Amino acid sequence: MLTKSTRDIAASFSRRGVLAATAGLMLGLATLTGAKAADDTIKVGVLHSLSGTMAISETTLKDTILFLIDEQNKKGGVLGKKLEAVVVDPASNWPLFAEKARELITKDKVSVVFGCWTSVSRKSVLPVFKELNNILFYPVQYEGEESERNVFYTGAAPNQQAIPAVDYLMKEEKVKRWVLAGTDYVYPRTTNKILEAYLKSKGVAQEDIMINYTPFGHSDWQTIVADIKKFGSAGKKTAVVSTINGDANVPFYKELGNQGIKAKDIPVVAFSVGEEELAGIDTKPLVGHLAAWNYFESIKTKDGSNEKFIKDWQTYTKNPKRVTNDPMEAHVIGFAMWVKAVEKVKSTDPDKVIDALPGIEAPNLTGGVSKMLPNHHITKPVFIGEIKGNGQFDVVWKTPGLVAGDAWSKELDGSKDLIGDWVGKKCGNFNTKTNKCLGSGS
Amino acid sequence: MLANLPARLCSLLLSLFLIAFALPAFAGPFEDAVAKFANDDFSDTEEAVGVIASSGNKLAFPIISALQDGRLMADPDSKKVYVTGTDGKSIDAATGEAVTSVPDSASAVRLNNRLRRSVDAALGSLTLQSPDVGTRLQAAQSVFKSHEETALEAVDAALAKESNKSVKTALGEARAAILLFKPDATEVEKLEAVATLKARGDQEAMALLTGMGDQPASVTKAAASAISSIQSSLAVWSTVQNAWYGLSLGSVLLLAAIGLAITFGVMGVINMAHGEMVMIGAYTTFVVQEVIRTRYPGLFDYSLLIAVPLAFLVAGAIGVLIERSIIRFLYGRPLETLLATWGLSLVLQQAVRTMFGPTNREVGNPSWMSGAFELGQITITYNRLWILCFTLAVFAILLAMLRYTALGLEMRAVTQNRRMAASMGIATSRVDALTFGLGSGIAGIAGVALSQIDNVSPNLGQSYIIDSFMVVVFGGVGNLWGTLVGAFTLGIANKFLEPVAGAVLGKIAILVLIILFIQKRPRGLFALKGRAVEA
Repeated sequence: MLTKSTRDIAASFSRRGVLAATAGLMLGLATLTGAKAADDTIKVGVLHSLSGTMAISETTLKDTILFLIDEQNKKGGVLGKKLEAVVVDPASNWPLFAEKARELITKDKVSVVFGCWTSVSRKSVLPVFKELNNILFYPVQYEGEESERNVFYTGAAPNQQAIPAVDYLMKEEKVKRWVLAGTDYVYPRTTNKILEAYLKSKGVAQEDIMINYTPFGHSDWQTIVADIKKFGSAGKKTAVVSTINGDANVPFYKELGNQGIKAKDIPVVAFSVGEEELAGIDTKPLVGHLAAWNYFESIKTKDGSNEKFIKDWQTYTKNPKRVTNDPMEAHVIGFAMWVKAVEKVKSTDPDKVIDALPGIEAPNLTGGVSKMLPNHHITKPVFIGEIKGNGQFDVVWKTPGLVAGDAWSKELDGSKDLIGDWVGKKCGNFNTKTNKCLGSGS
Repeated sequence: MLANLPARLCSLLLSLFLIAFALPAFAGPFEDAVAKFANDDFSDTEEAVGVIASSGNKLAFPIISALQDGRLMADPDSKKVYVTGTDGKSIDAATGEAVTSVPDSASAVRLNNRLRRSVDAALGSLTLQSPDVGTRLQAAQSVFKSHEETALEAVDAALAKESNKSVKTALGEARAAILLFKPDATEVEKLEAVATLKARGDQEAMALLTGMGDQPASVTKAAASAISSIQSSLAVWSTVQNAWYGLSLGSVLLLAAIGLAITFGVMGVINMAHGEMVMIGAYTTFVVQEVIRTRYPGLFDYSLLIAVPLAFLVAGAIGVLIERSIIRFLYGRPLETLLATWGLSLVLQQAVRTMFGPTNREVGNPSWMSGAFELGQITITYNRLWILCFTLAVFAILLAMLRYTALGLEMRAVTQNRRMAASMGIATSRVDALTFGLGSGIAGIAGVALSQIDNVSPNLGQSYIIDSFMVVVFGGVGNLWGTLVGAFTLGIANKFLEPVAGAVLGKIAILVLIILFIQKRPRGLFALKGRAVEA
């Protein structure tokens, strides 16, 4: 794609002819502004794994940014310049993420980077973005407990996904007993810690919470599914809150289906299962299991914005079956916000754009308008969807309005007094009790 | 049972259709309830289900069963509700009159889990006296699950007429479940109910007994003793269950490792690309299923049988190609073989990623590999059972091949003493290529089976390579029986450790145990003896 865009520019020159090009150049020189605009582009870095274990999820996000850049260029680009994507492949290798981020910023001189999926990859690139002062848009739901000046979190914080999902199960399904099942790494561990604290604050007893971790790529779920079945037969309504990541979901759901655990008996609500993941399984035995997201492909909008996005995306990818998902929407919102901020300050200078971003609003794909908050998280609606037989979701519940993302969880002792505020306090972890900025405020 | 459901439904619809004509239409609570379906509100739908189920109206069954199957269409504009039959014909749900077509603005009435439960309960009490034994059994079971007081009359009526023994037991249990939760049931009735549930003796019975709430002292006492007796019988069953899970995990390990037992165990080639052969087998299954889906949908249940020989040929051919082009230059240089095959595994992964995309591919389970059956108090899933049988069959065939065929004899001769075999006129390089091809082909077959329980993605092989080496080394290099015993030992040990230590710690514990074992017996469980080994 990189070479394609350069080829396009070259082609446009030859088509218009040397004369026109010279004329344009002279005109540009005469006006002194935009002299470089004719042959200059704004570079946008794309830092998503295209090989290795995470390629399954991240490749789509790379395509999304290319699609958004293509659309923006059709509208004339930004500040009169075309956008140019610089795609690198960090190959699901965490240290390589930092290397590639450095390469994007210092060698390719990108103005902004859209990238990362796993929390460990985000943590690995953080020092690079701080040191070289650039902007990262991070599109995936994550465990929270972070607010950095150079990072904008367009995915859901725990209070925008996990907590509303648990609320739904408590109110609608009258769940009294909870299985918190996750893959053994930082996102599930932190999310489960937050959920455990939240459940206990709602009066759930310790013996009604079962926490279970499995290794990455776990494929033999027989024992765990049998344990869940046993845990669920204590006479109280039971649900599973799943932070099981990636590939391990398919065998987990297959085992649930085969052992006959139906959603109406023990529903499973998942935070990492979207349209993309379901594309690999026959969903008929899973009908009724739930997922909590800020976006579903099946959502109908009054102004038709989601429908139009899906259609344009499928035309762009030349695949009428290509699905859309939540992290894609996060990139759509983040990209639109970045474009607006750049146009507002008429510059791509990271310092100016970082200061301009809080307060910027951009329409999301579900008919609302999301806003960038001073803590660098955004406001989002929360939806609970039920899996349907065709691999899509049917929205059964949504929050009445938009939910503001909390950088620091209110449920955990260590973080309930902290806020992130990059506008007034210029601090990512400001303690409201002691009125002090802990650590890395600039 | 499912097969004749549409037919039964059709005749039912027809008779209802006649009844509807005979009765004058009038607006009453039933019609009001039906109209509620059009509100697209879960609480309204739930209310409507309750009213309709207890209305005694003949349309109740078709409406609620249509709701369950997503065939109940509601038009939000005109507030009309339609039942579309499985034959494509539709009736107006309020009046039962036939309609020529359902308007486009109508969409299926939506359900959530809470509604699915109340629909099940409603259908259960409506079908307790169905002529079909299977339907009656299912109905009794769903009444057992919902145990709502309103169903008691229907259960009693059905119990009086029932002649089938298993349905009668199920009805008795449903009755017991209702009585246990009925506040005004007598103490005698409740004690009887506890005894019935104790006889049922499974987890669901225990769930009811533990969750029954406040009861007279005698009932609480009886329930406590019932619970402890169920618990002790379940504990025995859980040991049986762990053993079964261990066998099943062992069979998967064996299947993944058996190809490696040939390439690594017999030939001594450290083949890091072994997992990718498994992946290629899985992708072959995917391609076979795609062709069947688009061209011959009727053959879907045979897709795996077709995929097995194809996967063997594809993976085997790639194996021969790898041996001829890379590995034959590296015999006797284990470190270089390891690096070359490791690189090769990355190349193969990326090639598949480029060809098929990075996302998972859907490989369906044929009907005979889906679902489960109950054996006592444990659930045995068909896919695991078939994989166990399949693994043992592959193992037996391989063993027979090595023992009784000319190629097998040549293979054994070459691996035991290459120079002697060459002197005897065996084309050793040809045998090398075929042996490696055989090992790869068997890995391909493993891929067909693993596609049924794991996801088919370019990373499929990676997750099995370490386990495979573990099994082969543990079992003893160069011995197929060692691989068999090693795989089942590891599988069973893993499954008995998992409930105690958790999946993560369990896996670590197994690794530590193997390392300790290898310290003590470096050649594994079944060590080969003799001069060839020492060389």
